[in-house]
Amino acid sequence: MAPVESVRDSVPLRVPDCNAGAELTELDKRLLDNFQRDFPVCSRPYEAIATRLGCDEATVLERLAELERQGYVSRVGPVFRPNCLGASTLAAMAVSTERLQQVAELVNSYPEVNHNYEREHEFNLWFVVTASDEPAVADVLADVRRRTGLDVMDLPLTEEFHIDLGFRLWQT
Amino acid sequence: MADLTQSVIRAIQEGLPLNPRPFALIAERLGTDEETVIDTVQDLQARGVIKRFGVVVRHHELGFRANAMVVWDVPDESVYVTAKRLAADPAVTLCYRRPRRLPKWPYNLFCMIHGQDRDSVQKKISALRRATGIHELPYCVLFSRRRFKQRGARYVSPAIASEACVNG
Repeated sequence: MAPVESVRDSVPLRVPDCNAGAELTELDKRLLDNFQRDFPVCSRPYEAIATRLGCDEATVLERLAELERQGYVSRVGPVFRPNCLGASTLAAMAVSTERLQQVAELVNSYPEVNHNYEREHEFNLWFVVTASDEPAVADVLADVRRRTGLDVMDLPLTEEFHIDLGFRLWQT
Repeated sequence: MADLTQSVIRAIQEGLPLNPRPFALIAERLGTDEETVIDTVQDLQARGVIKRFGVVVRHHELGFRANAMVVWDVPDESVYVTAKRLAADPAVTLCYRRPRRLPKWPYNLFCMIHGQDRDSVQKKISALRRATGIHELPYCVLFSRRRFKQRGARYVSPAIASEACVNG
């Protein structure tokens, strides 16, 4: 582990291939990479992280807030196993280029939709619907069908194989 | 028990407060004590309801601009073995089985591959196909073009979630 001074004094490094002006310190990188999974669920979690990083609690809180503000961190919290607390599905639509933006905005307007991407395929709009139960998910798909007049392909998860260890950024 | 678990899930699903004692803060809001909140979260982890707890990063903002959903048509009898092999590869960030929707959609195994650019994702996919010995399976690569929305799932807001798993 790097001593405190070297962490604080480290020169900001550029994230490879990131042109968004991303200047992350060595401390930021370790915060981002090392605590996606092993977050200490205890009374003073940020202090526990600080101890592991060789800095103080206030610095950890300040950096996390800044990383959130800059959009690098979406939150510090849980990732739930799919279909455990509620129900979800992956849905796909084939939408004409002219209508894509409008249909995508309509899909976005549902609070049950948490991911929505355009992809390169005949099925070009892919979104995830998460709700309290399966009928509630089906209602959203039916509503999208009704409002767009387009078919919505329903691809619910049947088996998960990946053990989610988080997203590896710099570590190999 | 269930009510408290639901309240804790609702309180943490969009992120912990960046406060020295985040669980105490949540406990105060819920009218319970810190230890109970911590125990509840640890219990949800132990039961696998929470599969991961920690910093949730945004790939795109961190320079991982390209992502592809790679889908395979795997014979049903070998899905498990193939999926396990794919899921074990560090390039694969998610690996799910989903139903086919014939005739338009013959694919039953879905993986996500992220990379800094299209080329690096393409290389990862080629390497993956060689390493996992699945180069003969029909597959399709769906690169993302535009991200319209990306955020964490909200399970228990505003309605109370089904308790099937929490109580199971």
